[in-house]
Amino acid sequence: MMNSSRYRSRTFILEIAAILLALVFLSPFYLVLTNSVKSLKEILVDAASFPQVFLWENYSKVWKAIDFPQAFWSSLQITVLSVIFIVLFSSMAAYRIARKPTRFNSFVFMLLISAMIIPFQSLMLQLVRVTSILELRGELYGIVACYLGFGMPLSVFLFHGFIKTVPFELEEAARVDGSNPYGVFFRIVFPLLLPIVVTVIILNTLWIWNDYLLPVLVIGGNKDLTTLPVAVTKFFGQYTKKWDLALPGLVLAVTPILLFFLTLQKYIVEGVTAGSIKG
Amino acid sequence: MRKALRLPRGWDQQLIFLGPCLVFFLTIVVMPFILGFYYSSTDWNGLDLDKAVWTGSANWMRIFTNDDKFWESLSFTLRFTAVSVVAANVLALLLAFILMTALKTKKLLRTIFFMPNVIGGILLGYIWQFIFTKGFATIGELTGIHFFQLPWLGTPGTGFWGLVIVFVWQTAGYMMVIYIAALAGIPKDLVEAAQIDGARAPQLFKSVYLPLIMPAITICLFLTTSNAFKMFDLNLSLTKGGPGTSTQSLAYNIYAEALINNRYGLGTAKALLFFFAVSLITITQVWLTKRKEVSA
Repeated sequence: MMNSSRYRSRTFILEIAAILLALVFLSPFYLVLTNSVKSLKEILVDAASFPQVFLWENYSKVWKAIDFPQAFWSSLQITVLSVIFIVLFSSMAAYRIARKPTRFNSFVFMLLISAMIIPFQSLMLQLVRVTSILELRGELYGIVACYLGFGMPLSVFLFHGFIKTVPFELEEAARVDGSNPYGVFFRIVFPLLLPIVVTVIILNTLWIWNDYLLPVLVIGGNKDLTTLPVAVTKFFGQYTKKWDLALPGLVLAVTPILLFFLTLQKYIVEGVTAGSIKG
Repeated sequence: MRKALRLPRGWDQQLIFLGPCLVFFLTIVVMPFILGFYYSSTDWNGLDLDKAVWTGSANWMRIFTNDDKFWESLSFTLRFTAVSVVAANVLALLLAFILMTALKTKKLLRTIFFMPNVIGGILLGYIWQFIFTKGFATIGELTGIHFFQLPWLGTPGTGFWGLVIVFVWQTAGYMMVIYIAALAGIPKDLVEAAQIDGARAPQLFKSVYLPLIMPAITICLFLTTSNAFKMFDLNLSLTKGGPGTSTQSLAYNIYAEALINNRYGLGTAKALLFFFAVSLITITQVWLTKRKEVSA
């Protein structure tokens, strides 16, 4: 009896402490949100208090200034196209490597895995050169091609680990029934990969959506393809700080990916766990 | 009838399954990597490659004898990595232990702690730029607490800690998720047996939990180490390496060298060194922690 009541009060204290910590964790978001509807004067005088008047026009100004629909659309296109092709190509490659581990295929696999260590900065300058020679710069297919290259190693690795656990008998049965190798993969194997497909989609979506440097280098001056994170940087010049525009801009840029997370959080947490344990 | 050309069996499958992946990987990752070895010995200025002159070891000589900023940023990066890796993992492990107990708000709290990670580098940095420069200042005025009145981002020391705070805030939730998964995998009877034998919390942690979650520790240390060592987005959006170049990370130094000073050749040489440093550090770390792994 005594033991259990002591346990309960301890849990309660722990709960309060954890909630307080969570509030501290959330406080930056609170400050950004409340200040995003203040006038610049009010922000500069008092950034901590609740807004006296809600200046919603901050948002409509920023919406136009960063051309939100355009920036959102290009972020969405780039992310969705990249992720679809990463899933398709890396699952196919991993399947072949796992089922036919010839010397060449094992070498390719090793190469892919070792490339995961290479920091982006070690490639970016030469990549700028390669992308301009191949006329990939400033083009949608160009940036997607880059994400395919960088997304492939981890994704192949994740698929490879998973495919090895898929029983081979199913494939043999399908083959006996007269299915060709591509049919076997797309009709039998691929549907079985769904859990790891979700993981690959999530891990790649998060970094591609948030990426900053690659779009800057590869999209460069093409305004029609400016992504959300890049669009918002224009409020952060060296000397001027227009917080009344910068803050709503940040909120607008953060909202889509946050909504994505909140609706799919169960899968995201599972995906992160699966991804890290394999990786 | 004999075929004119004999291809190995299954070559079409090899081509179709592996081909697309290889094309993109080779063009985007392998080719630039190999080119790096060539460009690092030229005076390439980023514009016309035709005029890039082979300069042999000039870039390397310059880095090793005449480039204090590069070594300062290496030292900054090493200090930053050491501090933030420890802080992020201690906090993550603590959160994981707290959220393993039967709290009512467990699910909500997990979501909250994970959230900063979803938003990502550059935007988080900008959010914190506001918090440090305006939010903290106002809170400091209201409460009089010295901590909030510091010139955050204004001095080398506070800038360093500012970056650490944001990095930890961003990373801890992600690592927490991995640690929770590891803790959930520990067999209950093992913990109970230790408790019956009279093990108290610290002993339980040291002799039961810690050895069993060692694989998760290896992964989390690997992820945090390589992320901290490669820090760029936060650096760009929070301090731009300043004041001066006092908080310049290695990744940012390379970026600045090439895109601000237009010294692509030198930048490539630094980038190659950067690659060797990242490999050395992460491989050593994984090797060290792997040795401590046991199985239940």
